[in-house]
Amino acid sequence: MCAFPGVENPGDSIMAAKPKLYYFDGRGRMEPIRWLLAAAGVEFEEEFLETSKDLEKLRNDGSLMFQQVPMVEIDGMKLVQCRAILNYIAAKYNLYGKDIKERALIDMYVEGVADLNEMYLFWSISPPNEQAAKMTQMKDKIANRYLPAFEKVLKSHGQDYLVGNRLSRADIHLVELLYLVEELDPNLLANFPLLKALKARISNLPTVKKFLQPGSPRKPPMDEKCLAKVKEIFQLK
Amino acid sequence: MAAKPKLCYFRGRGRMESIRWLLAAAGVEFEEEFIETREQYEKLQKDGRLLFGQVPLVEMDGMVLTQTKAILSYLAAKYDLYGKDLKERVRVDMYADGTLDLMMMIALAAFKTPGEKEENLALVVKKAKTCYFPAFEKILKDHGEDFLVGNKFSWADIQLLEAVLMVEELDASVLSDFPLLKAFKTRISNIPTIKKFLQPGSQRKLPPDSHYVKTVRNVLQL
Repeated sequence: MCAFPGVENPGDSIMAAKPKLYYFDGRGRMEPIRWLLAAAGVEFEEEFLETSKDLEKLRNDGSLMFQQVPMVEIDGMKLVQCRAILNYIAAKYNLYGKDIKERALIDMYVEGVADLNEMYLFWSISPPNEQAAKMTQMKDKIANRYLPAFEKVLKSHGQDYLVGNRLSRADIHLVELLYLVEELDPNLLANFPLLKALKARISNLPTVKKFLQPGSPRKPPMDEKCLAKVKEIFQLK
Repeated sequence: MAAKPKLCYFRGRGRMESIRWLLAAAGVEFEEEFIETREQYEKLQKDGRLLFGQVPLVEMDGMVLTQTKAILSYLAAKYDLYGKDLKERVRVDMYADGTLDLMMMIALAAFKTPGEKEENLALVVKKAKTCYFPAFEKILKDHGEDFLVGNKFSWADIQLLEAVLMVEELDASVLSDFPLLKAFKTRISNIPTIKKFLQPGSQRKLPPDSHYVKTVRNVLQL
């Protein structure tokens, strides 16, 4: 608390405003941001879009640079574009490696995770008759492209974390993905001992452990009700 | 003398073009290996240089990099085109990703059926005029500076120019309501490294034609 009540220290608030997340009440493109903030030990608030009118209002307010969510209010800025938001949080909370070469590796791994997340996102809103085929394709990529790539990285250096022998956002994003993979099919992780170990290790970090507990801001998989809401909010067919 | 960066991709824009622009704007000479056959691609995958089995691939500074945005971020940071601090960097990232979204829509449209392609490209022009260009016009208006971020040339400016030129190829009048963007376009085009890149004979690639689409489909077995 401030030692001199009533006297303001410029640039030093007694209680900095918490970041505020604007999105619907579900994972979508906001979930990696929730994971990263939580892992960094940063408390945040959320404002949930319930209808297309809520999205319209945000757009009319001029709050969304490209008329899209996610949007995160943080440090006096209204940030859009997931990668930009995540890069900012990672750098601010020292989860982005020690130099630009480590950052390049982290980015490469993170973009791979993001590609798979994107596949999952599109799967979740595709017509039911297309979902089975898309899921098969996705599981094939998980098993034969993505998980082997990350297992190989861990094997190549034998360290506890993906990059620089230190916790970074790459570990957080990957573990988030591993939980998703497990939800889709627990057997997918069976042949990847180093990934399993990473998952356990990261899950035991106090901030992550807390986030994994019920009652945290972590969101469940999309259900029918949420899907209907999403379709209405974004006016999808 | 450091080895030149080596780019590996198809002989066309796709996901590599923004990387070519950034290198060129930074005045960095680079070499290119063009993928023409399925056999070449399979060999690349077997070599183990493609982390997720995909191109673009850029080899530089002892690293084997894939993932377009990872490569672009590295180049922006290395060549001091990423703002002066975190708050400027996040703005560069926001603007760059917005323009990348727009350009990706154009790149992907090339692979649709003729009817769908026309529809998608029309939508791109509409989005440019109603969403993206107004956003950037406003940024330039609000600070009245020559560059998008921090009164200094950055990756965001390079990509915005690239996007503007790409959309103009679809609709030459697209900037008619955006006087600041017009001035921006002229100004950035006149930067010596960019001026050079915009001349015929540079490594800048042409819009996707049927030969390019056919090659990519064949190599990636789409």
